[in-house]
Amino acid sequence: MSKAKDITLPEEVKGYSQIRIDVDLTSGKIEKTTLSREFCRDWIGGYGFGAKVLWDELKPGIDPLGPDNVLVWAVGPFPTTILPTSSKYGLFAKSPLTGMFGMSISSGSVGAQARRAGINMIVMKGRSPEPVYMVLDDDDYYLVPCEKTVWGKGCWETEEQLREEFQDQRLAVLAIGPAGERMSKLGCITNDRNRQAGRTGMGAVMGSKNLKAICFRGTKSVKVAEPAEFYKLAKKLIKVANGPATAKYRDLGTPAGITSYNKLGMFPIFNHREGTWEEIDNGTFTGDALKLDWVVKKAACSQCPIACDHLSRVPKTHPNYPNIVASVDVETCYSFGSACGNTDWPTVFKCITLCDDLGIDGISGGVTAAMACELYDLGLITKKDLGYELPFGSTQNLVRFTEEICLGKGFAGEIFGDGTREAGRRLEERGIKNAGYYGMHIKGLEMPAFDLHGMSSFAVGESVSIRGACHLRNGAYGLDAKGKFDRFAYDKPLERGKAIKATEDVYGLIDSYIICKFTRGIYENDAELAKVYELVTGIPHTEKSLLSRGDAIVTLSKCFNVREGWTRADDHPPQRFFKEAHTKGPTKGVTLKEDGYQQLLSGYYEARNWNPETGVPTDATLKKLGLDFVIGKLKQTTGGKKK
Amino acid sequence: MSAITTKKRGGKMHQFIVVDPNLCTGCETCESVCSFVHDGEFNPINTRIHRVRIEPVFDIALACQKCEDAPCIRACPEKALEKDPETGSIIVDDDKCNGCGYCCRACEFGAMTMHIISQKALVCDLCENMKDEFVEEGGKKEPQCILVCPKEAISLKNVEQIGEESRIDAVKRLFGDVSEFSSK
Repeated sequence: MSKAKDITLPEEVKGYSQIRIDVDLTSGKIEKTTLSREFCRDWIGGYGFGAKVLWDELKPGIDPLGPDNVLVWAVGPFPTTILPTSSKYGLFAKSPLTGMFGMSISSGSVGAQARRAGINMIVMKGRSPEPVYMVLDDDDYYLVPCEKTVWGKGCWETEEQLREEFQDQRLAVLAIGPAGERMSKLGCITNDRNRQAGRTGMGAVMGSKNLKAICFRGTKSVKVAEPAEFYKLAKKLIKVANGPATAKYRDLGTPAGITSYNKLGMFPIFNHREGTWEEIDNGTFTGDALKLDWVVKKAACSQCPIACDHLSRVPKTHPNYPNIVASVDVETCYSFGSACGNTDWPTVFKCITLCDDLGIDGISGGVTAAMACELYDLGLITKKDLGYELPFGSTQNLVRFTEEICLGKGFAGEIFGDGTREAGRRLEERGIKNAGYYGMHIKGLEMPAFDLHGMSSFAVGESVSIRGACHLRNGAYGLDAKGKFDRFAYDKPLERGKAIKATEDVYGLIDSYIICKFTRGIYENDAELAKVYELVTGIPHTEKSLLSRGDAIVTLSKCFNVREGWTRADDHPPQRFFKEAHTKGPTKGVTLKEDGYQQLLSGYYEARNWNPETGVPTDATLKKLGLDFVIGKLKQTTGGKKK
Repeated sequence: MSAITTKKRGGKMHQFIVVDPNLCTGCETCESVCSFVHDGEFNPINTRIHRVRIEPVFDIALACQKCEDAPCIRACPEKALEKDPETGSIIVDDDKCNGCGYCCRACEFGAMTMHIISQKALVCDLCENMKDEFVEEGGKKEPQCILVCPKEAISLKNVEQIGEESRIDAVKRLFGDVSEFSSK
């Protein structure tokens, strides 16, 4: 059976708490309702829940920072069970950064604590008349005014203070910092100190609702449908999660990728001017150097056997940043390191801690800084504007810039405090022509740690990502890195499209479960991934029916984008990749080709059974995926076709 | 620790759960699995092993240390606790335990807690009372936290074993690569 609605539901579903909490922040009213078994079966969890609620309940065209935006918090059926990486949660809303489908996923202890409080989903609307935080403490749900307590404080102090107040060090707290409060479009949400729901400005949406934090605590048990069989499989998965499939995440952590992608000319240097760097070749700026000289501890999220979090400490003797501890991953090594031409590790760490604590996304923050470095380098912004120099390779001034964009202070805060797209727009308004060219974003979301010059498949994969530039929606970088297709060519558009779609559907499912993509490789196959769902929930979904839900969820969030005015032109990498080639390394002289790119893009749309010209899902596909409720609500846009 | 003799009883040295903070990542899997194998449902609040995270870089988990002269036993006004002479584990007589919680207050390691539903004292039993259905085929009832700990950070040791490991470490620190040692 491949259709979800044909699947017979058990009398009682397990795993899911089926509790939906509706919060009207304007009136302060909080309501509790039950999610139907069918809703759980059809939309799986996290991403699926978010996509369905945003489609159903968000009025098209609304201001993402106004009271009409809908902020959805959701988990799937797994938190608190020992399924590896089960404690993840997702946040979904219309993104202030992209104007499209916003989503961000985090982990730590939040998913597990929230599930023990019995919460499956929270839907937040309106805007509180005063700053508040929300508490979900088993069956007690309430808002607490906080203008005089935690409002204005950093994410870390907020978490510490709320844990003090509850006298409970295990209280799960997700909070925004001053950046989210001032509605910076880069605003992130921090929980468990080092975990962030960083991307697409979900922190700004919280800020726009005057919602400082959400605290969870629970004492309820979670039952699974087949306890003995689940236990057996979970034990095996935990073992495998410490095998070769996750070795790189455990040993060097994600910064292992610096060296491997540098070798392929895929690691972005100097705001994507280059894809390879002598500082990596010579071992100065690598995962190995990081581990050897700085990493002091590997920490895990709740129920994670991998522990990818590599905590790095600056020694007490450091003149500028004594004794700071930062949670380092490859993305921030790129954003505040290579993209800014900076090899000074303590500077990277300091910038990370500023982002995590003051509350902006570490990827977007660093990529925005890299744009500023390049503009400075070109003389398009100057010391007179900034008040200090900011060439590539800056250290203390990079920290200063980062703090200013977090707090919205000075020229940096005013121009760059809402990310690259806004910065480009603002500078062009001031007469600096073509400033937006140096903003490395897709749909307004800053690019992750891959350089697209020699990545023809991922150029498509990253560009079609629903939430804007992202490597986690389909992981198509693997197609280029592993050589599944010629990464410099544009042949086999349909095959490439199908390969992207295949991982995108699995990722759509994983983001709905929600589990971590680092555990993707621990399952023998997709059938085993489906098996854990059945053992926990009792819902007899199969591999085929679940992947079809992944397809439906991706398509529905795409429909959201179309409804918000998306056109084909939005699925496009920055012009730099088409106009300027690298000067060295394996990608020397290579640029993306517009015609070839457009062919591959059409191949992807065709593989998704969307209109290959417009990229809009067809009625036949909507019907097939059980998205009948969308039919008639999409304009078959033609704008921007084959630009 | 200089309490080796106090761990001896009838010539036996009792083993207890030991967690290496260098390996522990704070993942809480031990807590979830502990509640699951005893109660058949996941609820870390009913765990008998407790993760402690001190931000930003310290993680460990603590369980019953099997103190020779156990303060929990002394504290119990209902005489509901006794020590198993074989394993050294604290045995809770649920019929006598009235949930007053004095044992929890007396335990210097926070290893004694109350079950959230039954309100009876809860303490590590080395999984002697785990549910039969979770015992592997051909397996035995043994501490499940040790089996599932992803980082092999948890082990069962007595104080003499711990002491010996510390002594070997100390000698390696003092003498370097002892494989090349020569007394000449």
